[in-house]
Amino acid sequence: MMSFSLNRMLSDLKIYGRSSLRSREGFFFTLVFPIILILLFGAIFSGGGVSQATVYVQNHDAGPVGSVFISVLNSTSNNCSDSSGAGLCMRPVPADLNFSQYLSSRSASDGIVIPANFTLAYESGEKVNVTVFGNPSSTTSAVVSGIVAEVVNEFNVRGATGVHQVGIAPRTAVASNYKYIDFLVPGLIGFAALTSPMFAMVNMSSTYRRDKVFKLLSLTPLTKTEWLLSKIIWYIGTTVASFILMTAVGVYAFGAHITLNWGIGVFLLLGPFFFVSLGMLVGTVSNSPEAASVVGNLVTFPMMFLSGTFFPVSSMPKYLQTVAHVLPLYYMIDGLNNVMIYGNFGAAYFDMALLLVISVVVFALAVKFFRWRED
Amino acid sequence: MPAIEVSGLKKRYGEIQAVDGTSFKVEEGEVFSLLGPNGAGKTTTIEILEGLRDKDAGTANVLGLDPWKSGYELHRKIGVIPQGFKFLDYPTPREAVSYYADLFGKKVDPDELLKRVILEDASNVWFQNLSGGQKQKLGMALSLVNDPQVVFLDEPTTGLDPQARRAVWEVIRKLKGEGRTVMLTTHYLEEAEELADRVAIMNHGRIVAMGTTDQIESKFGSGQRMVVKGSEDLLKYLRENTKLQVEGERGEVVIFLRDKADAMAALGAIEESGADWGDLTVKRDSLEDVFLKLVGEAGTVEKGAG
Repeated sequence: MMSFSLNRMLSDLKIYGRSSLRSREGFFFTLVFPIILILLFGAIFSGGGVSQATVYVQNHDAGPVGSVFISVLNSTSNNCSDSSGAGLCMRPVPADLNFSQYLSSRSASDGIVIPANFTLAYESGEKVNVTVFGNPSSTTSAVVSGIVAEVVNEFNVRGATGVHQVGIAPRTAVASNYKYIDFLVPGLIGFAALTSPMFAMVNMSSTYRRDKVFKLLSLTPLTKTEWLLSKIIWYIGTTVASFILMTAVGVYAFGAHITLNWGIGVFLLLGPFFFVSLGMLVGTVSNSPEAASVVGNLVTFPMMFLSGTFFPVSSMPKYLQTVAHVLPLYYMIDGLNNVMIYGNFGAAYFDMALLLVISVVVFALAVKFFRWRED
Repeated sequence: MPAIEVSGLKKRYGEIQAVDGTSFKVEEGEVFSLLGPNGAGKTTTIEILEGLRDKDAGTANVLGLDPWKSGYELHRKIGVIPQGFKFLDYPTPREAVSYYADLFGKKVDPDELLKRVILEDASNVWFQNLSGGQKQKLGMALSLVNDPQVVFLDEPTTGLDPQARRAVWEVIRKLKGEGRTVMLTTHYLEEAEELADRVAIMNHGRIVAMGTTDQIESKFGSGQRMVVKGSEDLLKYLRENTKLQVEGERGEVVIFLRDKADAMAALGAIEESGADWGDLTVKRDSLEDVFLKLVGEAGTVEKGAG
């Protein structure tokens, strides 16, 4: 009777893989599309906290304290000519110009104005305000306000003790050591592991049925399990290829920080294993190719956006985070984040175990419900 | 032992009784054709025999095996081309044959097999770029990879142009020449007449006639008749002077022949009549005449369960 044959599975893998490589759409969506996404999103968000923000500074103060204040501000920022560095670049603005107009003529929103009586007021202990211009929706404005507040605070402390020697430790404007691209690489690997197997399997399960290819295969010794396993192996291969391409682009084009370790391999195996099985199950329980495509999209799209593919789940509102936690892709991406970025294997083991269990269950269901022939 | 044995086979899809108690036997080495309009139940019957569908009632045996229960074992001994054969879009015929050979664990020379089905010219063309006839021939090649004893062909030439159809016929004749049993469904009368040793005409899930085309024609046809061009006078003379059954139609005289003696008598009487006559022919109901009589013209366009 039926038994498992490695040879049959490998010859099925060979013919399917060859077909996939010859199919232009398949090749595009499997390998090229995720690369386009990483280039696109990597470029769009490469500004976030990484590059410089220019801050215009106008000093109306005739005395020395205003200049000291500015030099302290300068010490917190980078050399303006160093475009690769993070942080703020302070640019002086002549005192006789209208500051607001100056900013808007440069489409800039961040600026600091030191009032004319600054030295006088400071030395006499009077209350005096430094004006900070900013755009409430801009992240750089928040950084500028924060830095000014810190310098002001420093001045107040020193002022109270009467010491004019002002010192402040330089600090960068980047709040965290992790950059967006660090999250984007694992996110898009998850995206690749989700989309190409899901779409391919949903489509295949319904068109093969319509074109009677399953009937044809049922007339050979090939078994359903061998057929499904060959698809899983193929998509593990494409996911590994995506991983290599994505990591290369992330690291070399955007300077992503990624740790390579065996844990990544586990997720590159489990992700496609799960999504090939899920795609097959969705296609199998749907009556027509149209229904399969609708159900497939209903399952795929929320997962595509809410599992931390393009944005970290932690940046989403609480109720969406709750939704994310029931999406299987979340555990693949969370796991990849844990092993690639944080090196947090304790949390990754949980993701691995959970993915393994649901993969085995969904694979078993797919094999059970998927019929070669009808009755 | 017959290669295929079917008795009282029934299959219903909801309201439609697709197969309604068919029984037949196919001997080893025979080419047997199920002929019938669309929806007659041909494909359901053949799919039950291939083990692709379960039956509701009756018995079905192919090479001594129950096709549904022992499908996995049976499939190593039979070759099948489903109706409207399709394969993956991108493999070439050579790759497809190698794939099948691997699945069956057989050593097959793809080029030799493709030559047998007259497809060697297209052995490296992607499946999606093959013509309809070439696709069908690849289907035949794949069905032969496991060197089957019985080959099932479900409407192998539907939708093909006449040239491609003849090429497929040539391959089917080769199969018979190799001693394989062939079961063929078709709705082309010509195809059944050309290829089949025996024909079963199916309509509404039942076999309404079965035998060689000669047997069907003589059993269900109107027998032989002699037709001559001639006047009313000739008709009148034959009616008055012979015991032959005679009819007149548009300047033609039709004489129904029960045996050879009738033919001799008719010829003698015509000559004796002295009337003007010509264009003597002997006609018989063709399979098409019988088919239309049994199935009805409406049947040819009827749709339903394949």
